[in-house]
Amino acid sequence: MREPALDYPAYKSTALRHPKQPLVYLPDQVTEMTGPQLGQLRPGTIENDLTTEGPVGERITVSGRLLDVDGRPIRDSLIEIWQANAAGRYRHRWGDWPAPLDPNFGGGGRTVTDADGRYEFVTIKPGPYPWGNHPNAWRPAHIHFSLLGRSFEQRLVTQMYFPGDPLFAFDPIFNSVRDPKARERMISSFSMDRSQENWALAYEFDIVLGGRDGTPIEEAH
Amino acid sequence: MGDVDRRSELATTGGRDVDRRSELATTEGRKVVTPSQTVGPFLSLGLPWEDGPVADPDGVRISGRVFDGAGEPIGDAIVETWHHDPPAFARCPTDDEGRWHVVVPYAPYVAVHVLARGLLRHLTTRIYLDAEADDPVLASVAAERRETLLAERTEDGYRFDIRIQGERETVFFDV
Repeated sequence: MREPALDYPAYKSTALRHPKQPLVYLPDQVTEMTGPQLGQLRPGTIENDLTTEGPVGERITVSGRLLDVDGRPIRDSLIEIWQANAAGRYRHRWGDWPAPLDPNFGGGGRTVTDADGRYEFVTIKPGPYPWGNHPNAWRPAHIHFSLLGRSFEQRLVTQMYFPGDPLFAFDPIFNSVRDPKARERMISSFSMDRSQENWALAYEFDIVLGGRDGTPIEEAH
Repeated sequence: MGDVDRRSELATTGGRDVDRRSELATTEGRKVVTPSQTVGPFLSLGLPWEDGPVADPDGVRISGRVFDGAGEPIGDAIVETWHHDPPAFARCPTDDEGRWHVVVPYAPYVAVHVLARGLLRHLTTRIYLDAEADDPVLASVAAERRETLLAERTEDGYRFDIRIQGERETVFFDV
């Protein structure tokens, strides 16, 4: 059984948005086992610092490595993030609960992994927010991450959470992943070592992409 | 004194937690894969690119809509297409009417991902521009559902609607 399940009743929006027919097995095919290389993408601005306008909030860095299941780095790969502001409000016309927008915070960022698969963002810690899924439902604070990986099959969009969030127990999106080890993989770790004195606290978040990956083993160097 | 000891013990435990997370491994010794989570309703803050839909200005235009199980358009989805020859990736968020479009080099088919609020994992399908394509994947799909993968020729290109659930539900693949 693949996780998370597409039909997950505790998350109400899945009700009309999951296929009822079984998925059809797709054998290995070159189209899906390949994927766009960085030069074939047109993302526009690459900006990994979301704080250049001086937003309100707790300044943090979020850094880590993009890896495959064997621990090999995935280099030159686009990472995109988006998030709420420190008050838990998204800069979006549908985000309309009574928390303030921050004129100095957009909430989107992009970067590219280096030769070791490493990336870093500078941002502010997003706030939790209510979302109406069930009475008094609040999302744990999170940052959305989008990864393209090496192949179309490795595509992943996930959410990064913060350690020790008291809302974990109540959140059906987080808990749609039933395997505790896999859930733990979505939680960043606090890093005093990476914090910068008088400037920013730091969280680390390694991302591991599964999927079939048709690229040849990289040469040792 | 006791308090101090306990605190230092807590710090040690915290350190172990960090280590354990980076070492999270399956019983086969491979790294635990990061699970998928929904893009949520606010994906347009992070994913759209100004030129995202147009991989090749001289290519073919494929457009369509995304619908849910009640036949309502999905206004918070994003459609991504890929074909390796020639390599071309395109992405387009849907508008309030569920409409999207891409302009890509002609290929007999393109691979597709659909991401949306309410989808805990993205869905994978294919759009066949050539209905007569001699293709093992198309052939593997039950005949009565095969037409959900075929684009319809239009005056300005091709049309392909994606029905996530219900009547004429699009075929989605397990990859």
